[in-house]
Amino acid sequence: MTALMEVQGLSKRFVKRLDLAAKIASKLGADVQEEVVHAVDDVSLVIQPGEVVGLVGESGCGKSTLGRMVAGILTPTEGTVLLDGIDTAGLSSSDQSAAALAVQMIFQDPFASLNPRMRVEQIVGEAPLVHGLVDRAGLPSYVDDILLKVGLDPSMKRRYPHQFSGGQRQRIGIARALAVRPRFLVCDEAIAALDVSIQAQVLNLFMDLREELDLTYLFISHDLGVVEHIADRIVIMYLGRVVEAAPTEALFADPKHPYTQALLAEVPRLDQRKRDFTPIAGEIPSPLAPPSGCHFHPRCPHASDICKTTVPSLSRLQKSWDVRCHLHTAD
Amino acid sequence: MSQAAGLLVETPLQRFRAEFRESKIAVAALLVLAIIVLLALLAPWITPQNPYDLAQVDVLDGKLKPGSEAFAGYTMWLGSDGAGRDLYSAILYGLRVSLTVGLAAGFLALVIGTAIGLIAAYSGGRTESLIMRAVDIQLSFPAVLIALMLVAILGRGIDKIIIALVAAQWAYYARTVRATALVESAKEYVEAARCLGLSHARVVFRHVLPNCLAPLIVIGTVQTASAIALESTLSFLGVGLRQTEPSLGVLISNGFEYMMSGRYWISFFPGIALLVTIVSINLVGDQLRDVLNPRLKR
Amino acid sequence: MSVLSVSGLKTHFFTRDGVVRAVDGVDFELDRGEVLGLVGESGSGKSVTGFSLLGLVDPPGKVVEGNILFCGQDLTTASQQHMQELRGSRIAMIFQDPMMTLNPVLRIDTQMIEAILAHEKLPRKVAWTRARDGLAQVGIPSPEQRLRAYPHQLSGGMRQRVAIAIAFLNNPDLLIADEPTTALDVTIQAQIVHVAQTLCRERGTALIWITHDLAVVAGLADRIAVMYAGRIVEAGATDQIIDHPRHPYTVGLLGSVPSANRRGQRLAQIPGMTPNMLSLPNGCAFQERCTRGDELCRGDVDATFDEAGGYVRCFHPHGSEAGA
Repeated sequence: MTALMEVQGLSKRFVKRLDLAAKIASKLGADVQEEVVHAVDDVSLVIQPGEVVGLVGESGCGKSTLGRMVAGILTPTEGTVLLDGIDTAGLSSSDQSAAALAVQMIFQDPFASLNPRMRVEQIVGEAPLVHGLVDRAGLPSYVDDILLKVGLDPSMKRRYPHQFSGGQRQRIGIARALAVRPRFLVCDEAIAALDVSIQAQVLNLFMDLREELDLTYLFISHDLGVVEHIADRIVIMYLGRVVEAAPTEALFADPKHPYTQALLAEVPRLDQRKRDFTPIAGEIPSPLAPPSGCHFHPRCPHASDICKTTVPSLSRLQKSWDVRCHLHTAD
Repeated sequence: MSQAAGLLVETPLQRFRAEFRESKIAVAALLVLAIIVLLALLAPWITPQNPYDLAQVDVLDGKLKPGSEAFAGYTMWLGSDGAGRDLYSAILYGLRVSLTVGLAAGFLALVIGTAIGLIAAYSGGRTESLIMRAVDIQLSFPAVLIALMLVAILGRGIDKIIIALVAAQWAYYARTVRATALVESAKEYVEAARCLGLSHARVVFRHVLPNCLAPLIVIGTVQTASAIALESTLSFLGVGLRQTEPSLGVLISNGFEYMMSGRYWISFFPGIALLVTIVSINLVGDQLRDVLNPRLKR
Repeated sequence: MSVLSVSGLKTHFFTRDGVVRAVDGVDFELDRGEVLGLVGESGSGKSVTGFSLLGLVDPPGKVVEGNILFCGQDLTTASQQHMQELRGSRIAMIFQDPMMTLNPVLRIDTQMIEAILAHEKLPRKVAWTRARDGLAQVGIPSPEQRLRAYPHQLSGGMRQRVAIAIAFLNNPDLLIADEPTTALDVTIQAQIVHVAQTLCRERGTALIWITHDLAVVAGLADRIAVMYAGRIVEAGATDQIIDHPRHPYTVGLLGSVPSANRRGQRLAQIPGMTPNMLSLPNGCAFQERCTRGDELCRGDVDATFDEAGGYVRCFHPHGSEAGA
């Protein structure tokens, strides 16, 4: 079976170039340098059709950047994105736009992700009309169908985004993505900004749509509880690198990487009462100056000398279980 | 489904209107402005004399006091100028010229400045640096100086004045649009539009541009007022419009030589008309800024 | 004697679109060293409750009714000046955004020393020492150096620690924490909760932890009060609320947490939207989203108390089916 989505050795570096003034200052001996952020550092990922992959990490781990490269919004600095085994960068422009439509993204902020000057019917109907998925005559019923699919009342399609609640706006965003008949959805913290009681509704919608439309998801979240519920497989990132990837149940039962262990231990859970919070120490380092060797070593309780100098490689412990840690090597 | 229950169904326009009305001064200014525009539009029908038609202008009527009777029999309520033009008529016709020049220059500068600003914001890199440095240089000169130089090169006439005003003002729009467009482009709805495979032109004109309009409207009103003032300045200095198509500035300039001889009205009344026009446009602009600026939203 | 006793608190906002009853009759008590979790969604009035306690409600908002007894004195009638003295000394507050309490243009030491000297006459040197110890207590490494930093030079987690350190400088009797960890990462959240928890235990400070996240307060609070549309719909001991919730809203909230559901199955969801505070129905605000709602729910709901002092504001609470 060909993977629906495969990324190989994907990296993204953001370089803050010096402007003229800074260049002059630097010539004169001032301490200004180009700033380079390795937002994503050599990430490979295979996602099979119908799979839900959870991508988990804290701020600055590069999960959103990775998601945007997968969705084609950002161009990778290095590496390739393969859709159905074909490199999307090498396609002709018409095939490329078809490939672009196959992968859609759901965004975090239900307020910033909708154009405030457009009516719902335009937001949802614009892209399918432009790409010829539907003609002008068929557009109204096409839009109505999609709105119904995401649980919105089609009679409200003449309204503007600000007239809807957060949960409804997120549904509009989902409808916009579904309107171009994607096969793969990248959900970037898609429920994080919603109220607790609304999160469950939207999460249910994602699960219903998966079944109904045969969708595949890359579900990006900082919330392990949500990811545990929806994902088949979980990928944990820390400062741009994948540190562990494993099937959900296995990962929760027996996390290997010390960072995964820490994350799992510190997620607040309902069944823990009057617990003593015993956090792992230390800050999340700045992606501008990540620690040498294993990025996690300054916070790791098991760190030894090798961790400070050598980057551990991602090694396969068992079938579809990868860990990047000197404590766990394949042999 | 009771999703609609109780949500604000106020349209953006209704909200805008309600908020604009919160300032009585702004509403009054808008009213005054409407009357001024109406007077200018209706000038041929509500004035006793067409000051451009030499057949109707009698030199013998020159320099009459306000309230005097003209040779043709009507009363010159605001007096007449040196050439025998009825000042009331001349002011309304002058308003026509001033408003036309101001609006045309304001609109053209808006279109050109917006296009340049959008290009800068969207292309980035060297093009952006180049454009923005040009804007910086442009803005470091006083507008009147640039306009003066251009008029000196191009000569007089309405079209040349408009070109000069546009050249002096496009940079304000370009700078504003670029800044707003950069903010908007970073928002998720623009990313979403790109993800949907929409063309660059569509993203820029259908998604980014409509969301940059609010600050543009504000700048547009203020810059239109300043275009009118600038045109009057040039005309007053004698490098603007010709005597045969008198704007308010030309009228003020015409009366200036009589100021010392006690015939105040020839400059005074056109001056008042100019002042009221510019102040009311600026008052409306101020309120627009308050209403349209999301940072001041309560 | 309880540290804080709130009864019948009502804070309303008089807006152009109508009166928003953000807090509409809230009662609770808090003992020394006790931790209360105040849980609710956006618009439930949980934050406004916190601001009301501190006398920090800005126009068009106003505390219109009720009493706030803090160590026996009523804060609703206290003078502005008196409130000023209480704030930052005996009652402290930390926010979701620590920059609400930190001044971006002043160094940390300046701000901390000022906070001490505002309430106590001390030599500067002593105040500085206390500031340094304060930073050390919230787990900030090399506090001497950090004292010389500006807020923007610190990470979000560090700033929140500094805010907590400032809050504890004058040994408050009550700390109000308004979603202090919502913007933070999981591992940093655990650190902040740990710091606040430890300090409150050591000093006997009563803590009100305002949050939307039941899971956080489940592990932290002694008692939980659940707010919906300006009212506490259910309050009680943490175990009681989490294990035997009685109000349909609490039941729904707990049921919609993913870990309470079978993996991969649809979640038990609460239907409908969070209420519009401008057009609430008569009676119970939750009736339209409630599976148990009926005619009775349109009338005024009084709280029914249980033996342990917990209460529920519902005509048809769970666990008392016979009486419904």
